[in-house]
Amino acid sequence: MNDIDLSVSIGPIKLRNPILLASGTVGYGNEMSEHIDLNKIGGIVTKSLSLKPRKGNPPQRIVETPAGMLNAIGLANVGVEVFLKEKIPFLKQFDVPLICNIAASSVDEYVECTKILTQEDFISAFEINVSCPNVKDGGLQFGNDISSVGKITAKVKAVTKKPVIIKLSPNVSYISEFAKVVKEEGGDAVSAINTLVGTSFNIITRRPKIYNVTGGLSGPAIKPVALAKVLEIKQKVEIPIIGIGGISNWQDVVEFMIAGSSAIQLGTINFVNPTAAIQIIDGLEQYCLHYGLKNISQLTGSYILK
Amino acid sequence: MVTAKSFVEEIIKIENNIHLLKIYSPKIASEITPGQFLNIKVSDNFFPLLRRPFSICDVDEKFIYIMFNILGDGTKILARKRTGEELDILGPLGHGFKTEGNFDTAIIVAGGLGAAPFPLFTKQMSSLGKNIYSFIGGKSESDIITYGMNNTFISTDDGSFGFKGTVIELLNRNIKILQENKIKIFSCGPTPMLRALKEFCVKNNFDCEVSTESAMACGFGICQGCPIESESKKDKYLLVCKDGPVFNIKDVLI
Repeated sequence: MNDIDLSVSIGPIKLRNPILLASGTVGYGNEMSEHIDLNKIGGIVTKSLSLKPRKGNPPQRIVETPAGMLNAIGLANVGVEVFLKEKIPFLKQFDVPLICNIAASSVDEYVECTKILTQEDFISAFEINVSCPNVKDGGLQFGNDISSVGKITAKVKAVTKKPVIIKLSPNVSYISEFAKVVKEEGGDAVSAINTLVGTSFNIITRRPKIYNVTGGLSGPAIKPVALAKVLEIKQKVEIPIIGIGGISNWQDVVEFMIAGSSAIQLGTINFVNPTAAIQIIDGLEQYCLHYGLKNISQLTGSYILK
Repeated sequence: MVTAKSFVEEIIKIENNIHLLKIYSPKIASEITPGQFLNIKVSDNFFPLLRRPFSICDVDEKFIYIMFNILGDGTKILARKRTGEELDILGPLGHGFKTEGNFDTAIIVAGGLGAAPFPLFTKQMSSLGKNIYSFIGGKSESDIITYGMNNTFISTDDGSFGFKGTVIELLNRNIKILQENKIKIFSCGPTPMLRALKEFCVKNNFDCEVSTESAMACGFGICQGCPIESESKKDKYLLVCKDGPVFNIKDVLI
């Protein structure tokens, strides 16, 4: 063993290491637990939960693109009640921080979901999805509007003592303005970024490949965009950032931390390599050892621009 | 279900430009039932990014066979693999065919590359002492794959090989075989064929399992990318990767 400290803090949230599994890429943990020891990762962010179960979009929901993929799942989920009754008991056997991602069609629904879920002690924090590009009601209509993001942050904060993270959309001109309002309204951190809106056509049928017409682009293709958004927030607003966007290996994690992330989330890579989280944690430890970093959190925002 | 280090043993060209990839993968090979699939990473980089799902065609002790046609970037890369190259495989995935049950005759209905899961299935049926009739259809002679199947009945849309017409029409012409035995139908193929088969099975009250396919990313239920409409539960989708890929034809909307 060595004395490398991989632990990080996202505001009030303490994690044993900076590796979280992103919402929508880890389900409710059960499938993933067959591949990796969930006790070793920094935390899990659940599939977006809504007040009532959602069926999600009809097929086709996904299409591969160069170094990435488009998805339009449409927030298919079991709803908060079934989650509490049937999904949480399984997760409780693990010593892993659980962050509940919440999606909603109205401000009231965000508040309602939070009120119900906050009573469950096992939940460490909330990540509020104001940026899903694949549903007609809610989602981006909030994420693109600064006053809505501010309102949702304030109202959700008012009904829970647990930390609240707002997951921001990259489909805006200045993401830092959204991070600023989150901070002003008492939000504890931001996740950046959600997927980028994209589409793809079949050149024979001339129809979109995805039923929803557009989908959210994820994977290595969006990494440079995500990094620039993290950097923009870091330079403009003093708020903890969880970096997300195409992270596939430990080198990417280091890059995101240098750009300003306190922790990161692995998304699309979980589909390709379900054991990526563990390999990345090992890689980070070796990196710290090699470069004499005692605590990985020293990396956060350590960029040198000139 | 595991990710296991596996190695390319050889690539064999069979009929009509169809390739068989023989993979050394003892751990996965020991757990397979017919109709399950593998999700294979064909490259060790982001081109292409996602794994590719393949029906398991056959198993021979420590070796697994998959059948493929060169159609896109993934299969192009796969076809260039050399003996000894490492292959990153996730599997076996999903639920396969229920090979045991109250029937003495298995009727295979395969369209085009839908023939892929049936060599292993045929082996297993034979070892269970069941009779097998294999109805195989395609657009043209070049689509017909009979590899690993017995008692074949062939149809082509253009009449270039066997019966001229669809495989379901051919099935209907031989309905006596079906009615005189205790049968169960097992099928895999393009959606229009499965749709016609469903109609045929409902009309004649035949029990039938179908192997479905869908675009997918993970292959084990976390991406939710491969929904298929359930006949009974309208409030949620089933997943091809986890609830399937084999379903009773009555349970899914095709």
